Amino acid sequence: MSASTLPQTHDQLASILEQVHLIGRESIAPHAEAVDRDARFPVEAFDALKSAKLLSCYVPEEFGGMGLTISDLSRICEALALHCGSTAMIFAMHQIQVACIVHHALGSTFFQGYIRDLVEKQYLLASATTELGIGGDVRSSLCAVNVTDGSFTLEKQAPVISYGEAADAILVTCRRAPDAGRNDQSHVLVRKEDCTLKPLSGWDTLGFRGTCSSGFTLTATGAAEQILPVPYAEIHAKTMHPFSHGVWSSLWLGIAMDAMSKARAFVRAEARKTPGTLPPSALRLAELDTVLFSMRGGVYQSIAEYNQLLREDAPDAFTSNYGFALRTNNLKIATSQFLVEVVGKAMIICGISGYRNDSKFSLGRHLRDAYGAQLMVNNDRILGQSSTIQVAMRES
Amino acid sequence: MIVEQIRDIVIQHARLSSKPEELGPTSDLYTAGLTSLTTVHLMLALEDHFSVEFPDKMLSRKTFESIQSISEAISELQS
Repeated sequence: MSASTLPQTHDQLASILEQVHLIGRESIAPHAEAVDRDARFPVEAFDALKSAKLLSCYVPEEFGGMGLTISDLSRICEALALHCGSTAMIFAMHQIQVACIVHHALGSTFFQGYIRDLVEKQYLLASATTELGIGGDVRSSLCAVNVTDGSFTLEKQAPVISYGEAADAILVTCRRAPDAGRNDQSHVLVRKEDCTLKPLSGWDTLGFRGTCSSGFTLTATGAAEQILPVPYAEIHAKTMHPFSHGVWSSLWLGIAMDAMSKARAFVRAEARKTPGTLPPSALRLAELDTVLFSMRGGVYQSIAEYNQLLREDAPDAFTSNYGFALRTNNLKIATSQFLVEVVGKAMIICGISGYRNDSKFSLGRHLRDAYGAQLMVNNDRILGQSSTIQVAMRES
Repeated sequence: MIVEQIRDIVIQHARLSSKPEELGPTSDLYTAGLTSLTTVHLMLALEDHFSVEFPDKMLSRKTFESIQSISEAISELQS
């Protein structure tokens, strides 16, 4: 089946989503509070997701995966976030790394073998992009990969490696060679057994606490074939940038939907107490749904466009597409802001019950997670890039 | 009897235009004046009285079209 004939969504999507919700109810939601409170990795969630082979759902069927599209995958991220934001975030970040390999490295014999191993053993992949001294600009690196006689060495000071300790491998950005410029980057697959992680900083944050995004000095060795066979610039434009914002936005949508559901359940309970008259908060609920409507519309539209571009697979579809890059940035900025708005308004609807930590309408975790969305790849940095593109654009 | 309880709730909350004594178990409540919005009040009152929750798939015209259909829905939710 050629890329252009791939369906927009997988024909089994409905049953896959049903399975995800079952895992959500049985293995994710019951532990969400403890994962958040103790800032621990959601072990139960990932044991269940691995058993269902969901860590390889984006791997093409010919390599043993489910062959899901970005549209399908986004719906899974959304569904997971109804149960636990941290679990959904880890799942999304893992899939971004899988997509980097699937989109850019399957021409290589090594990566063909690796992706089959990933399917069989359900490897969890983490990412090390940001670097001390560079900040959040993932298109620049200080560290460099050093290749001699078919092997490499690499050392990176990474202020954040989400779930680095739980992962089986880490994809690391770095300069292509010790004499390469900051933007001349490679992407390297580092196996956990071939690297040491020396702690730099912990992860005691307001939200997304279960992602365990501590900082480490990563020192690694490996075979040269573990370097992805294309420049990172290409991987960034086609995959890392749009895929990240797509799956993140989808899980933020899931968090917002769950907040909306709590607000709705609260208003319904109130309404039952006053037969014949709806409480004033019902109006706020109706108003809130219009915000969620805009949020969901933006997410689905952006992901449909990305899915279409991936299916067409035109040569310069991503590297020379200012409009798409801009819309991807808009997706991230708008969705991350909508999330805070939706959860905040849901909390006002639920009143003190939403504000409490010990109520079934509690929205504390949702609100703390929500504020993280605007900071992970800071919106101001993205707006800065967008403002440059805006000047070059001719049409809206 | 569950049917009698439902009948009382319908009379009290459904804001019907027809007279209560004309309301039989199979009378069409929509013909009697029930609207999609007054259905919500009826649903809330039923949920409160019987301690049940109507899932989205049951929020249809068919569920609320008569006292009998409501009774069947409540029995299904309670089972």
